[in-house]
Amino acid sequence: PPSCWLFCSPLLPSPLTPALSPHRCHPPPSALSTPPSPGEGGEFRKQRPRGTQQGHHLQRNMAGAGGGNDIQWCFSQVKGAVDDDVAEADIISTVEFNHSGELLATGDKGGRVVIFQQEQENKIQSHSRGEYNVYSTFQSHEPEFDYLKSLEIEEKINKIRWLPQKNAAQFLLSTNDKTIKLWKISERDKRPEGYNLKEEDGRYRDPTTVTTLRVPVFRPMDLMVEASPRRIFANAHTYHINSISINSDYETYLSADDLRINLWHLEITDRSFNIVDIKPANMEELTEVITAAEFHPNSCNTFVYSSSKGTIRLCDMRASALCDRHSKLFEEPEDPSNRSFFSEIISSISDVKFSHSGRYMMTRDYLSVKIWDLNMENRPVETYQVHEYLRSKLCSLYENDCIFDKFECCWNGSDSVVMTGSYNNFFRMFDRNTKRDITLEASRENNKPRTVLKPRKVCASGKRKKDEISVDSLDFNKKILHTAWHPKENIIAVATTNNLYIFQDKV
Amino acid sequence: MAGAAGPGTGPGAAGGDGDDSLYPIAVLIDELRNEDVQLRLNSIKKLSTIALALGVERTRTELLPFLTDTIYDEDEVLLALAEQLGNFTGLVGGPDFAHCLLPPLESLATVEETVVRDKAVESLRQISQEHTSVALEAHFVPLVKRLASGDWFTSRTSACGLFSVCYPRASSAVKAEIRQHFRSLCSDDTPMVRRAAASKLGEFAKVLELDSVKSEIVPLFTNLASDEQDSVRLLAVEACVSIAQLLSQDDLEALVMPTLRQAAEDKSWRVRYMVADKFSELQKAVGPKITLNDLIPAFQNLLKDCEAEVRAAAAHKVKELCENLPTEGRETIIMNQILPFIKELVSDTNQHVKSALASVIMGLSTILGKENTIEHLLPLFLAQLKDECPEVRLNIISNLDCVNEVIGIRQLSQSLLPAIVELAEDAKWRVRLAIIEYMPLLAGQLGVEFFDEKLNSLCMAWLVDHVYAIREAATNNLMKLVQKFGTEWAQNTIVPKVLVMANDPNYLHRMTTLFCINALSEACGQEITTKQMLPIVLKMAGDQVANVRFNVAKSLQKIGPILDTDALQEEVKPVLQKLGQDEDMDVKYFAQEAISAVAQRLTKLDFPVKDNEEPSAPGADKNHFLRPRGPGEDTGKFVPLMSRHTESERLGWFPRRQ
Repeated sequence: PPSCWLFCSPLLPSPLTPALSPHRCHPPPSALSTPPSPGEGGEFRKQRPRGTQQGHHLQRNMAGAGGGNDIQWCFSQVKGAVDDDVAEADIISTVEFNHSGELLATGDKGGRVVIFQQEQENKIQSHSRGEYNVYSTFQSHEPEFDYLKSLEIEEKINKIRWLPQKNAAQFLLSTNDKTIKLWKISERDKRPEGYNLKEEDGRYRDPTTVTTLRVPVFRPMDLMVEASPRRIFANAHTYHINSISINSDYETYLSADDLRINLWHLEITDRSFNIVDIKPANMEELTEVITAAEFHPNSCNTFVYSSSKGTIRLCDMRASALCDRHSKLFEEPEDPSNRSFFSEIISSISDVKFSHSGRYMMTRDYLSVKIWDLNMENRPVETYQVHEYLRSKLCSLYENDCIFDKFECCWNGSDSVVMTGSYNNFFRMFDRNTKRDITLEASRENNKPRTVLKPRKVCASGKRKKDEISVDSLDFNKKILHTAWHPKENIIAVATTNNLYIFQDKV
Repeated sequence: MAGAAGPGTGPGAAGGDGDDSLYPIAVLIDELRNEDVQLRLNSIKKLSTIALALGVERTRTELLPFLTDTIYDEDEVLLALAEQLGNFTGLVGGPDFAHCLLPPLESLATVEETVVRDKAVESLRQISQEHTSVALEAHFVPLVKRLASGDWFTSRTSACGLFSVCYPRASSAVKAEIRQHFRSLCSDDTPMVRRAAASKLGEFAKVLELDSVKSEIVPLFTNLASDEQDSVRLLAVEACVSIAQLLSQDDLEALVMPTLRQAAEDKSWRVRYMVADKFSELQKAVGPKITLNDLIPAFQNLLKDCEAEVRAAAAHKVKELCENLPTEGRETIIMNQILPFIKELVSDTNQHVKSALASVIMGLSTILGKENTIEHLLPLFLAQLKDECPEVRLNIISNLDCVNEVIGIRQLSQSLLPAIVELAEDAKWRVRLAIIEYMPLLAGQLGVEFFDEKLNSLCMAWLVDHVYAIREAATNNLMKLVQKFGTEWAQNTIVPKVLVMANDPNYLHRMTTLFCINALSEACGQEITTKQMLPIVLKMAGDQVANVRFNVAKSLQKIGPILDTDALQEEVKPVLQKLGQDEDMDVKYFAQEAISAVAQRLTKLDFPVKDNEEPSAPGADKNHFLRPRGPGEDTGKFVPLMSRHTESERLGWFPRRQ
């Protein structure tokens, strides 16, 4: 049996016991050396990090080598309610394609997971690839109450990660703040028929009339998709889980909270190993928290985690059982001219994603996206400004808490284009080869299929040209935090507050 | 297999008009698709009964196709099904039809749950033995090939476990194909499959011709041992053990050792850990010569590895390694090549490493003999007895018997005492608990004088520990000590101290007296129990705390069998009667329990022949005891409260004169 990871090893400290740690789940506001924001009672994490990522693709062949800006993006579909009255539970909290791109999963604040399946291509309408339609919907997490710590545990799905396909069924991990669950999504198209002692409708037969034995037979039936919980990985996190990532060894995964990273075996729920712990002995001395973590796509012993101080640490699990000491630290020296009260907040990394090739990683901070070469620690190889025009607005963004928004980022299938979200339902793409970038809007206007999306421009200052939008008229309540890119094709999924937009390139 | 189901094996067995015997089978079959998992599971577990009733023909044509499609079920049902099918050959018509069982097992071998797949593979291996050679090539080998080239890695991992059972019986052409399939699985894209192949490599090597082992298995082994994923490499270490056993010393040196040396120095600590963990097996497999030349230096490196996990795994193997060395020259090797490294480990920075060493180090004394032990090992033991980590000290103390045999415990006793005292007072109750467990052992080795002088007070102090588990363990400890040192010792040293606690203001301590009496009465015998303990117990029946009172009842029940009839009749009975009317319902309950138990005993004493009387139900519903008493019942004559205990009522408590 492939139970070869040393899960029987007695030395590794179990993270199960510190679950009783008396510390609150929110680090104190001093952590970021910023004053607590008004009206929030000192809670310094406004929004939990989350991510869409396509980190573990088995193949990296990409349709359309150009991608990004050179292609024209068309509206394809929009999912979700039309009215502006948004129910809290319907707010999308994560979006994730599976490894083939055939399935697209979303999680929401109501603890639900909705899976869309791409329809088979329609030969007649060759201009459009298959649409995504609802395949399965299930309640992944329920609200809970931790009686030991008097804490409410939200049902909100923080992250979804698909497992590499192992048989005809599909598997995914979903997590809220505390508990990770493994779900199986399987199809059934046969059901058994025939009883001995009753009719198919449940009426009982007279037992004396039973003269021969009948063995039930399976008959075809309408396709039924079932989602069943297979494993529940609980009680290992004192703080809020911000990331889960499946290892390329196919049998382990990591889960990261604000201060610790745990390593799990996918088949073992009652034991996990703490591999990173940055909790200081005295919580007063807390200066940084873990914001995201991810395994390398093909090197099974390597993972990275990002911090609220804008650094990324790369750890090698071969070197030692405990990875508190990193093997690489990626950090860009601060530009003294840009130093301000908000410097530390906006340098906090909200998402980290390896490229499919495993050579690069991308990080998202409040104002920019950075691409790092794993072989160069002292600065990123590329930096893209997402919405530099907000730099002058940081004060009001701090007032309205937007500065704590956790934007995620994603790679296209060939690693040539990256995408991330912004405000006003805008999202941005950066072509790494041509260095061109584009701003698009997810909007219900012009949402006829095959309508080409018009590029948007934000006017930073001075006179506003035609077709430009002034910074002051941006709607900061409309934000795109979660996006996902199909692993092989130019199809993207963009989550606005409670709608999921699917765009594709014009064929 | 299905002996219980009777002889109805023919195809016509299910005929019969309105046959009554059909009904239970019909229920079983219907429950195969019941909504309740437990019922489905029950039915699956009686699958042989169903098959027997259906007969071999219908089992093959109807039951097996149905089972092949039931792979959507719960894991536990699938697991039971996989297990059942392994024993099904007889039910489908014998070896000629064994291949009919392959389709359901094939689909079970592709499910995602490892336990189910493993069970399916186990059953397939079982069934392969029942195939004729012809059927094996016609049905079984194609199945293995199908699994080995399946789309999903679950089927390919399952295939890995099937090669070794079909290879020996296959023709040479098929053998070549099987080897080819195994080769390709060893370089599969997914690490899951490579791991499965690596873990079956040794097993497969054993059934191969020696030439093939050298020409094919060794290269596969070398590749797996240098796989990019350390989770694969570490499994190659296990395969190394099996392969090494097949090769001559020269081949071993040339073909396997380079890889093993590399594994012992692997960049990943998990691979080195595996080498350390499998060290004894490796040592046996490669033989004494290579052990001396290669393994000992490798072991030295593992003992000073930079990763504590590896050092701890190696430290665990120290004793076994030394034991397995050839007796000739063993002492020199240990003294010169192992001991210096052990000395380092005694002051290791990691407590787990020290504690691993402490758990085996005492074993070296028997190997090295008295003089070496006193000169070289004793300082290490003493250092470890003073270690800051309680686990290290505990491990030394728990293995004292090894040293005792060689040099006698006196050498250690001066250092032992402070170590024991410190552990006895450790802030962690689990540490205190652990040391208590070793007390009887220590007492036996140190002797009664030493014990009385130094340790007795500790044992008594534990009785008033603030943790219940410690008080409980201390109680049991006293019993074991009495068994060791005898009743006279008990009467002089233990019993008076225990009985004094009956007057303690803390009711928990008063209860401890009762628990001690429960534990000690048997070891102390009738006289001490009746004369010294019983009066105290009876006195405590008037305690103001109900918990104490009902424990008095429990104690009386417990010590009843040791007391003689007079004491029971004259002293115990009235007290229990009184407690039976206590205002607290728990006290009443346990008093009644005790009353019926003691009544039983009196009955048996009077009428030994009535041995098979139905005993009173000890777990009877508590509410039976809450029945209000009617007037007139309290007339001095005992009237049992439970009407259902008629036997006790009739025979129980009425004075019976011989």
